[in-house]
Amino acid sequence: MIEIKDLHKSYKMGSSQLHVLKGINFNIEEGELVAIMGSSGSGKSTLLNILGILDEADSGSYILDKTPIKNLNETIASKYRNKFLGFVFQSFNLINYKSALDNVAMPLYYQGVKRKERYEIAMRYLEKVGLGSHSHHLPSELSGGQKQRVAIARALASNPKVLLADEPTGALDTKTSYEVMELIQGINDEGKTILIVTHEPDIAAMCKRNVVLKDGLIIDDKKVEQVRASSYV
Amino acid sequence: MFNIERWQEIFEAISKNRLRTFLTGVSVASGIFILVILLGAGKGLQNGIEKQFERDAAGIIEVWSGTTAKEYKGLNPGRQIQFRNSDYSQSVQKFEDKLDLRSASYNFWGGTITYGKESGSYQFRGIDPDYGAVENVTIIQGRFINSKDLANNEKVAAIGVKIKTDLFKDKDALGKEISINNINFKVVGVFTDPGGEREEARAYLPRTTVQRAFGGGDKISYMSFTVKKTKDYDEALALSEKFTTDLKALLRSKNVVAPDDDSGINAYNSVKDAKQFYDLNLYIRLFFWWVGICTIIAGVVGVSNIMLIIVKERTKEIGIRKALGASPFSIISMILHESIFITTIAGFVGLLASLLLLEFVGPMVQSEYFRNPQVDFSVALTTLVLLVFAGALAGFFPAYRAAKIRPIVALRDE
Repeated sequence: MIEIKDLHKSYKMGSSQLHVLKGINFNIEEGELVAIMGSSGSGKSTLLNILGILDEADSGSYILDKTPIKNLNETIASKYRNKFLGFVFQSFNLINYKSALDNVAMPLYYQGVKRKERYEIAMRYLEKVGLGSHSHHLPSELSGGQKQRVAIARALASNPKVLLADEPTGALDTKTSYEVMELIQGINDEGKTILIVTHEPDIAAMCKRNVVLKDGLIIDDKKVEQVRASSYV
Repeated sequence: MFNIERWQEIFEAISKNRLRTFLTGVSVASGIFILVILLGAGKGLQNGIEKQFERDAAGIIEVWSGTTAKEYKGLNPGRQIQFRNSDYSQSVQKFEDKLDLRSASYNFWGGTITYGKESGSYQFRGIDPDYGAVENVTIIQGRFINSKDLANNEKVAAIGVKIKTDLFKDKDALGKEISINNINFKVVGVFTDPGGEREEARAYLPRTTVQRAFGGGDKISYMSFTVKKTKDYDEALALSEKFTTDLKALLRSKNVVAPDDDSGINAYNSVKDAKQFYDLNLYIRLFFWWVGICTIIAGVVGVSNIMLIIVKERTKEIGIRKALGASPFSIISMILHESIFITTIAGFVGLLASLLLLEFVGPMVQSEYFRNPQVDFSVALTTLVLLVFAGALAGFFPAYRAAKIRPIVALRDE
């Protein structure tokens, strides 16, 4: 599903260059649940942003579902993001003046899905994450866990090939974190490819594969015995 | 192409950000309001100035005689010059091809006009038929003095509506006999005059009758002319000035007055003053347009600033939308639609408020040089087009900026 070869990325910091990714190589197969781990500044978020076509690598190759992602203009990039990817952010990134249902329906709006169908699909995903009864609530009327569930429903609504989650439990308490992970595991069980960036070992333990980054390089990449979040909930 | 989905998105964004929308709208509405009021005020000034000239026909040249101030051909200064019928007939004969209206007048400043038991002191004038057009009178009953009246020395009178009201009250004046300085005249017409009550307290009689009946002989008080109309104002001015100079030269020569003696024979050319007034009017209107355009530009800059702030405030939202698949075009389109929509609606409100104000308050404003401020439909339409364009312009740059923001940068915005 994802093939990455010799990926490099630098940022300009004043007069000096900060080399964040120093040659990343890895593949992700369809249906995997991968945790990308590493301490702060290891380059894990930069890697996720490149995988999410939110940022571009300086060099190396990135193939997403057999499509080379290179030198895309913003119009094509937005189309690919909408078609291939679903995002879950640490800070939820819901639009605060839109209801839960409107937020979930938004990626479908950019896919050109008709309003009625859009809301039917959005409602289905809200129900899937257990928030069918909160569809008309504004984000400000939801708890942190509920917001993240809405964000997951939104990420799934456009039926993306890959779900990218950047610290999805970072803003949640432990119990809610496990509930969210239980939901993510359930989605993965249905066959969805999921990448999670986290610095929490117990969250990484709930994934099937752990990739560890340090100073812009992969220092460890192994399959793990998956811990089911349901055992904590 | 109309896209209902896009409009639903826009209405949602607008309705959820009411204060922001309201403030943007107020700045646009006030800009348009000020522009239209300024244009209306310009028109009010124009109306006022035009009203001043409406009192008499446009471009009158009046010639009158006085006492000579200079010695000429052995004749001492201080001679009283008196125009006579021959002065008028020679003038008309010589300049026939240049003239439009012409009239000689023989005036009595204080005459007693009586009808039955009612009487009053009024001015009466012996005039030629064109004098009605010279004074710009409107006949509301009957007719004005005609050439047949002059030829037959008819004892007929056209009276101003003030005399009619004073002497006849509600009764019909037409065909009734009135006494003017003890000589009976039949009322053949009643007129109004844009010059107001002062000029409606006059009676006009055939010049020949007045000269004969009141011992005037062939004397005339002054002559009034207008030259033929031209399309170009400067041409009209040049023509009228040449005519005035030539006419004065003719009359000075005939009456043995020094060629440069304005006291002996003088003339007033209202075309010259009209040009000054119309130029002034043009400058005032240009000034109002300029101020108005500056107001609109200030409004556009203001709206543009507000839109920039809105884009800044919505940077994260734009980032989220981009992450979810919004193309740069859809971002530009969203902000532009919103901007144009707010500008147009707010502009309409400003336009409507200003038009209503001008419509209801305008007619009440009737001062001497400022009357009935108004804007016509074409100006309102121009303003409308201007504001839609302004809305697009105000929205475009912030929209373009928003579209250029990289999603990762936008998402990091707090």
